[in-house]
Amino acid sequence: MTAVTAVPETTGASGLVVDGLRKEFGGRAAVEGVSFTLRPGGSLGIVGESGCGKTTTARMLVGLETPDAGTVHLGGRDRSARARGRAERLARAREIQMVFQDPYLSLDPRISVSACIEEVLRLHFPLDAPARRRRVAELLDQVGLGEREAAALPRRLSGGQRQRVAIARALAARPQVLILDEAVAALDVSIQAQILDLLAGIRRDEGIGFLFVSHDLAVVRHITDEVVVLRAGAIVESGPTTSVLTSPEHPYTRLLLDSVPRPGWDPARISAGRRALA
Amino acid sequence: MQQNLLEIDDLTVRLPEGRAARPILDGVSLSVAAGEMVGLVGESGSGKSVACRSVLGLLPERARTDGEVRVAGRDVLTLSRDGLKELRTRQVSMIFQDPRASVNPMRRVGDFLTEGMRAAGVPAAAATDRAEELLDAVGIRDPRGALRRHPHQFSGGMLQRVVIAAALASRPSLLVADEPTTALDVTTQAEVIAILTRLQAERGTGMLFVTHDLELASAICDRVYVMYAGRIVETQAATDLFDRPRHPYTAGLLACTPRVEPDAAPPRPIPGRPVSLAESPSGCAFAARCAHAQERCSVEKPVLRQYDGQGLAACLRADEGILL
Repeated sequence: MTAVTAVPETTGASGLVVDGLRKEFGGRAAVEGVSFTLRPGGSLGIVGESGCGKTTTARMLVGLETPDAGTVHLGGRDRSARARGRAERLARAREIQMVFQDPYLSLDPRISVSACIEEVLRLHFPLDAPARRRRVAELLDQVGLGEREAAALPRRLSGGQRQRVAIARALAARPQVLILDEAVAALDVSIQAQILDLLAGIRRDEGIGFLFVSHDLAVVRHITDEVVVLRAGAIVESGPTTSVLTSPEHPYTRLLLDSVPRPGWDPARISAGRRALA
Repeated sequence: MQQNLLEIDDLTVRLPEGRAARPILDGVSLSVAAGEMVGLVGESGSGKSVACRSVLGLLPERARTDGEVRVAGRDVLTLSRDGLKELRTRQVSMIFQDPRASVNPMRRVGDFLTEGMRAAGVPAAAATDRAEELLDAVGIRDPRGALRRHPHQFSGGMLQRVVIAAALASRPSLLVADEPTTALDVTTQAEVIAILTRLQAERGTGMLFVTHDLELASAICDRVYVMYAGRIVETQAATDLFDRPRHPYTAGLLACTPRVEPDAAPPRPIPGRPVSLAESPSGCAFAARCAHAQERCSVEKPVLRQYDGQGLAACLRADEGILL
């Protein structure tokens, strides 16, 4: 009924401001008119099912894809146009870091944990070797890893430990925004809760903004303040997480909510609702 | 007494010397009756997949086993090649997590569906008709057209329906599903579950549903077994398990699962990490992570015991009614 478009704040100077983002693949729009604002230190969820454009959106924000239209500003600076020169590319990389879904694929199997984090430090900061080592130990400690893990190759680590390494590596650049693309989806529930706890603590202590890309509404409810719901590349609903998840306006958001299994759950009714919406 | 369709009886599976410090399955017993939907829940490394594969006689290479896996009274572990073939083609069907890994991408969906029936001697035309019926039953539009298409022309959810249709083709009395909806979107998961539960109820098929998602298991199963480090630590009727977990691990799993309800508490992590195959803790395997562990918990191995009601729990302190 109500077509919802998130209007970017006109101040535009602070936070991550995304306006009218569009990306086509093979003549079909994967992302269309996506706009939202992540205030500094805020936490915004991008929710949707596979193919809704949430990962493409995240990739445009970090610069892994170039948008066909629309702009991305961080702290008032435009980062949607192609970066000019190495310095600007590095500066952009430092501002927004990303943690991926699969910690088995996102770490180089031949490089030890400490070397992998040191590389980021060497790239971004003029630290001498002892200072770098101190910072590596500090970062690993922050994500709950010790000396034994620091010396290990990724194959010696569990999925949860690897994801901690990926988070430490992202934090190493001192980013303003951390994009977490399904970062806890591949973990066992008992480990997932540990990582969610860790992330909440990092946000509290460091004031880093989180952009949390996920299909899991329950996880999004606990880690974000605001949420946008994507369907077929476009935003169907957005607003404060609690109000969107308590009184969803769009039937698709309602369907997503109803689909979360719980006692007394009626999958037959949900599939009827899904067909009605298609 | 009514005979169970599936009875796993004190099953222990050990990997060859040097590959693991503890058995991957340690005295696992579980049963599924005709028409019953039974959940088997655990995290990675708990042994749930090994347990469910044992039902088809699929065991890790050179593994040593003790105990029995009986399907309709016959022990699967001692079956001959022909016996196993008969079991797999007629009595038990299995659905895996990734439908793309279950079908041959080079063959048409129709070939995939009729292959088993043709091998069992069904004439081609009859097999095609039956395949069409099956696709219709799992909610695929234009089933006749679908028979001529290839797997890549289907989405993950649609292909998982095809796999379910194929699993039902032999009219099995027992269906074993290993995380059948984990790779699917939530709304698709709901649809696939709706199809599975409807067909299971209509045909009176017994079903063993393996998942890491305690919430999902509680929502759809009659009874649930919870596994940890190769052992069953708790079993109860699904609703009771959810309302009154007896084992601290079950309670911990429930507490660490994020919930979408507006008044839900934030997820509370279980400290530590699951026991790997290289570790062999004496006493209770969960003791190191358990908030209620006492000294004796790391010495004595708790056995599954009945407490009030029908449930069983393997916890030395279960009778105290403690919760995480």
